[in-house]
Amino acid sequence: MSVLTLEGVWKNFHGHSVLRGIDLEVRPHEVVSLIGASGSGKSTLLRCVNLLETVDDGAIYLDGEEITDPRVDVDGVRKRLGIVFQAFNLFPHMTVLDNITLAPRQVHGVPKARAEEEAYGLLARFGLAQKANAYPDQLSGGQQQRVAIIRALATQPRLMLLDEVTSALDPELVLEVLGIIRELKESGMTMILTTHEMGFCRDISDTVCFLDGGVLLEKGPPEQIFTEPEHARTREFLRSVLESGRF
Amino acid sequence: MSEWVKSERQAERERFRRAHARRSASIATVSTVVFIVLVVWVVTQSPGWPRVRETFFDGEQFVKALPDVLSGFLLNIKIFLIAEPLILVVGLLVALARGIKTPAFFPIRALATLYTDVFRGVPTILVIYLIGFGLPALRLQGIPTDLATLGIIALTLSYGAYVAEVFRSGIESIHPSQVAAARSLGLSHARTMRFVVLPQATRRVVPPLLNDFVSLQKDTALVATIGPLEALRQAQIHAASTFNYTPYLVAALLFILLTIPMARFTDHLAARTRRRRGA
Repeated sequence: MSVLTLEGVWKNFHGHSVLRGIDLEVRPHEVVSLIGASGSGKSTLLRCVNLLETVDDGAIYLDGEEITDPRVDVDGVRKRLGIVFQAFNLFPHMTVLDNITLAPRQVHGVPKARAEEEAYGLLARFGLAQKANAYPDQLSGGQQQRVAIIRALATQPRLMLLDEVTSALDPELVLEVLGIIRELKESGMTMILTTHEMGFCRDISDTVCFLDGGVLLEKGPPEQIFTEPEHARTREFLRSVLESGRF
Repeated sequence: MSEWVKSERQAERERFRRAHARRSASIATVSTVVFIVLVVWVVTQSPGWPRVRETFFDGEQFVKALPDVLSGFLLNIKIFLIAEPLILVVGLLVALARGIKTPAFFPIRALATLYTDVFRGVPTILVIYLIGFGLPALRLQGIPTDLATLGIIALTLSYGAYVAEVFRSGIESIHPSQVAAARSLGLSHARTMRFVVLPQATRRVVPPLLNDFVSLQKDTALVATIGPLEALRQAQIHAASTFNYTPYLVAALLFILLTIPMARFTDHLAARTRRRRGA
């Protein structure tokens, strides 16, 4: 069974449709990338899955349960999802350790000692063991984003949503974050990510989706999308990315 | 691509949401009614209630006191309307003076700091006494002797210190990068303040400022202690001649009527700010 299914999802803002009937299926351990120009609806799609936005039509299923039903417990759904934002959104008044253990302790009822032990484990695994007691503003952007990923990971989510996680980073810091995502894929994490890093996208994705004007125009394995895209719009987009040197 | 046609599933969802909203509204109504009934019941069942009703809720006294208290209340409104702009000016000037870094102007900065320290430390009612009785006693030329004017001066001095701190916290909350950007364009400190920092800072401090306004509206009653015939003073006069406290209730109601719109306006502004941030 698929982890996540989107069925004809529509989202309107001020009379303008940002998502126009999106269908998508994400299987266990699959990595799905969403690519497309700004305003194509990639981020909105992630926000809809996280229930940060209410869909205006269609349905989203997480492990077969419809999460777009208004009767559903929103917090219960979000407990099973991890999301990482472009701007990190770490809590500036908490140490790295407290950022990571907040949700496990407050939402999942994990005892303090165990939550911290697991947090130290994750920090060590991603090379941040020395930073446990630092505050976010004492870290580089790359380190902050790695902490944000660990924070999302600490609740052992069923599905990770990564929204432009490298866009706010200096080029030399991008690699360390991409490394972590690659490692997540190897550990079998199911992920949906939006990205402008086409090389990375091609490398890590099982499926690439090209969104254009709120429509999922084209979907397939990366080799197909990047070498022989069907649609002229997709070719145009890839060419403009190539010309801007982001490939 | 096809246009959006609302599906049956979405229509059902919207029906459910509407029903849910109606249910929330009726629960809120019922719980409010129950709460009010409970409070009224506890108060009216108390042993001293008949006596309290007589002294505080006398309809006849209410009607008799209303015209005088109301005319006194107009003076409160006048004091408030004159004091408020003065307070804003004093507050802003003092806040700016505290931010001056030029060494030659150190005395001004020190004076501004001293002012906020002193007038935030002294209870407002004492400031009113000291200004109201002390200032005319100097018998200097041009010092006003009108009691309401003296009250306005006292309130301005006292509240100016609070408002200065509100402005200062607003100015300090603007990120240094904004100053850096303005200064790097060649703007002087003064122009940076005027065109970049203050416009952002004032927007940020509107809710706490309005909170101080609400507080000022009722503190105009403190001016009663030096004698002008405002609402509280009028109520005192009535109460003193009849030994009935209903006139105080009249004054209290008038103050509430004035402050509630201000409080709701503050809430409205806060909600608007939240919406703008897209929460």
